Amino acid sequence: MTDSFDLSVVDWSKAQFALTAMYHWIFVPLTLGLGFIIAFMETLYVKTGDEEWKRITKFWMTLFGINFAIGVATGIILEFEFGTNWSNYSWFVGDIFGAPLAIEGIMAFFMETTFIAVMFFGWNKVSKKFHLLSTWLVAIGANLSALWILVANAWMQYPAGMHFNPDSARNEMLNFWDVLFSPVAINKFLHTISSGFLLASAFVVGISAWYLLKNRHTLLAKRSIIIASVFGLLSSIFVGLTGDGSAYQVSQKQPMKLAAMEGLYQGKEGVGLVIIGAPNPSKTYNDDKDAYLFKIEVPKMLSILGYHDKDAFVPGIKDIIEGGYTYKNKDGQEVVAPSAAQKIEKGKLAIQALADYKTASDSGNKEMMAYHKKILDENFEYFGYGYIKDVTSLIPKVPLVFYSFRIMVGVGLLFIVFFALVLYLVVEKDIAQKRWLLRASILMIPMAYIASQAGWIVAEVGRQPWVIQDILPTVAAVSRIGVGAVQVTFFLFFAIFTTLLIAELKIMFKQIKNGPKEGGH
Amino acid sequence: MIDSTYILLQQYWWLIISLLGSILVFLLFVQGGQTLIYTLGKNESERTVLVNALGRKWELTFTTLVTFGGAFFASFPLFYSTSFGGAYWVWIAILFCFIIQAVSYEFRTKPNNFLGHRTYEAFLQINGLLGTILLGTAVATFFTGSQFSVNKMNLTNIGNPIISSWQTPWHGLEAALNLHNLSLGLAVFFLSRILASLYFMNHVNSENIFARAKKQLLYNTIPFLVFFLTFVVWLILRDGFAVNPTTGQVFMEPFKYLHNLTAMPVVLGLFLIGVVLVLWGIGKSLLTNYFNGIWFTGIGTIFAVLALFLIAGYNNTAYYPSTFDLQSSLTIFNSSSSKFTLKVMSVVSLLVPFVIAYIWYVWKSMNSKKIDAEEMKNEGHIY
Ligand code: HDD
Ligand code: HEM
Ligand code: HEM
Repeated sequence: MTDSFDLSVVDWSKAQFALTAMYHWIFVPLTLGLGFIIAFMETLYVKTGDEEWKRITKFWMTLFGINFAIGVATGIILEFEFGTNWSNYSWFVGDIFGAPLAIEGIMAFFMETTFIAVMFFGWNKVSKKFHLLSTWLVAIGANLSALWILVANAWMQYPAGMHFNPDSARNEMLNFWDVLFSPVAINKFLHTISSGFLLASAFVVGISAWYLLKNRHTLLAKRSIIIASVFGLLSSIFVGLTGDGSAYQVSQKQPMKLAAMEGLYQGKEGVGLVIIGAPNPSKTYNDDKDAYLFKIEVPKMLSILGYHDKDAFVPGIKDIIEGGYTYKNKDGQEVVAPSAAQKIEKGKLAIQALADYKTASDSGNKEMMAYHKKILDENFEYFGYGYIKDVTSLIPKVPLVFYSFRIMVGVGLLFIVFFALVLYLVVEKDIAQKRWLLRASILMIPMAYIASQAGWIVAEVGRQPWVIQDILPTVAAVSRIGVGAVQVTFFLFFAIFTTLLIAELKIMFKQIKNGPKEGGH
Repeated sequence: MIDSTYILLQQYWWLIISLLGSILVFLLFVQGGQTLIYTLGKNESERTVLVNALGRKWELTFTTLVTFGGAFFASFPLFYSTSFGGAYWVWIAILFCFIIQAVSYEFRTKPNNFLGHRTYEAFLQINGLLGTILLGTAVATFFTGSQFSVNKMNLTNIGNPIISSWQTPWHGLEAALNLHNLSLGLAVFFLSRILASLYFMNHVNSENIFARAKKQLLYNTIPFLVFFLTFVVWLILRDGFAVNPTTGQVFMEPFKYLHNLTAMPVVLGLFLIGVVLVLWGIGKSLLTNYFNGIWFTGIGTIFAVLALFLIAGYNNTAYYPSTFDLQSSLTIFNSSSSKFTLKVMSVVSLLVPFVIAYIWYVWKSMNSKKIDAEEMKNEGHIY
């Protein structure tokens, strides 16, 4: 066995994971939100007995079905990819990470798939009430599946409720509730599902606006707009609030990600929030170049958002690499931050202590076992740093994260105004007359998708090089397969998902064009 | 010190995995049915009825597969890590078969569907043919072994921290070249077609389809018996991967799987009852006008497959053996999650009966009437 292996396996595995995750995420947010929108509509049908509501429900349900099928197709890959491409990871944290995945299957996916059958095929077979219940359960099931997978993801950003067991050489769960109710998980879940609600509302408003522009199905369109704009307005406000909550968590738990989001190289007290700006792409952490080509900022805002204190010190990339500033650690104590080089030393100590522990354990030397275990425990916090060769690899891609963050937040704020305006016009005025707004509504659909993908880029690219923050970098998580193999599967997935996406879009557009009467199947 | 609660939990989770696996094999009737659409449906209307009869069940099979994967990950993560990352190509091929299945029902007859309905039907055929054979082949490696090595302490090798490595460049494809593995793969394939024939006989209201399905039942039973008997006889005769319970050493033991059956009479009974039920369902359906054979053969399948999984993992046997390095073999003890995680998961598993109950209830209220061409005209949502 060679002593080091081809590093591009890591890059291709990351690319493959990103590809499949981003494809999955094209379909999932619509499911999360449209499920509830359909459930509201059907509730109105059951309450009023108005057949038009049933027609409306069925129309959106058809689109839901088309989107759902491909969401399922992309999801199965992700689940097995943890094993196929991140096999070290699967052992190192499988004890904690596997549980949410299994619970997702048992609790959420079966609920979704069982009641979806009633939703689609049960109109003439079960009672109205039972059908309505099924539709609600589909929506709840979808969002439950989001809960479990996001708990898993949040745990990777902020590992809680576990300890490292040197005998099995892995992390083991100590407290399930700490995993489930970690503040990162709660914010992530609420922010992500509400962003799905927002996206689905934009979808419904946009398609309805197109009908109004074409002067077709106007009753369906107006009723749909009312439902979706109320839901969208509430969701977009909630997206902002929970996004703020997420940013607060990031600044506490992943300072490097925050620094990348802001393009902040040199930290200080009372840092402003850059509203518009351009990070200097040629900047490295230890040169004297300006960090931004230009910027417009709100003074002190970042300190307020990240630390709830206008004069709080926010460390920049340089500070985090060089250490020396003080911050509050997990236990709330003020401590001096070690430099990256010191963390790497500690990481190496921890890894060596694990090896020595094993040797001692093989020879049955209890005393030496205890000795090495102590070193391991003291340094475990930085275990993953031991694999880092070059401190610059600790810095995520700043421009990508910076711009993605601004796109997401910008679009998010725009949506609050947008839904408020649409709601006002549809209730108080004749929205069909405001043709510019109807056209804009169609444009807002892709905007929602872009914001949503951008959100994940912030979250995932921003945490690089970590798979598990501070504990496991991507290089130590990957499976040992040839680069060629991963390249082949990358392009295979790319080809099949792109083909299926085209098919999905063509079918979707056709169904929308046909409208509710001729729609359905 | 031996922690008997931990051992109990590990055995409990092996039982759950085995149960999920055996239910999955039963539900593969969807896959088998997909390969019979053209054989049983002679015109578009008949094919539509058949596709829809399957289309309302495919997600159940799919979700069972997903949950089987998730539960395996949670309870035996070292298996997930070693097998999926090592036998890369087999698992990727299986996944591929299932990606193309998932869209096919929904997209098949939709206007403007880009690939044309024949392509989606071809996807269903591929899924039915390769999906079943490959799954069967992959499971057979539980008895025949694969070439890999595992060393958790490689984690401390900073330059190359790889816990498990596969020792052939074929990354799992080699499993399909082993005749013993293939005999199980093909047995699963023909069994899935048997189950599908029985399902159609039970569920579709059409005399023509009933008669054709009955013929297919016979045609598929013959090769099934050949491959299944080959697999079982070979299994009983071959050396197995035994574990010394005190030292954890893995060694080859002649007639290990036969010994496992005789050492666990309950499992032996389960296996025999399973086989009898499978044959009973087939025989009664062939000889009389009986249309409930699916229940006998289905439950029989679950029993027999469950027994096979149990002899792979219980009674001090390595369920995922390595022929490259015996001591790298995975047992339910050295590959499982921690005691705490298994406990948490066991609490979650209490939900399973509840899940099964609502699935049962829902399908009962949906299936009060057989599916037929008439329904296809009146139903809003058809595939
Ligand atoms: C329509 C989509 C959408 C919109 C308009 C917004 N977000 Fe968002 N955001 C997401 C969709 C999203 C997401 C896709 O759901 C992410 C990716 C990971 C996650 O937890 O949620 C996300 C992540 C994410 C993160 C990173 C969390 C992490 O790394 O754990 C932060 C800090 C914010 N968001 C903040 C905001 C703020 C302050 C917004 C202002 C209105 C906002 N987002 C609007
Ligand atoms: C990388 C992590 C992910 C994995 C492993 C994963 C796994 C899966 C799997 C296996 C399915 C198919 C389930 C079935 O058989 O019905 C699926 C579908 C689904 N997943 Fe994911 N998923 C991931 C990310 C996400 C995220 C981030 C969300 C939501 C926030 C999500 C929400 C859903 C939903 C709602 C479905 C139902 C199908 C659909 O709506 O498209 N998933 N996922
Ligand atoms: C569905 C929404 C998601 C999207 C769009 C997404 C996006 C991404 C992207 C862009 C990367 C690549 C980062 C890089 O190469 O720099 C990535 C990596 C990764 N993500 Fe996500 N992600 C999603 C959900 C999740 C979830 C829910 C999990 C885990 C539960 C997860 C786990 C991972 C892992 C393991 C990697 C590979 C290792 C790494 O590069 O860090 N992702 N994802």
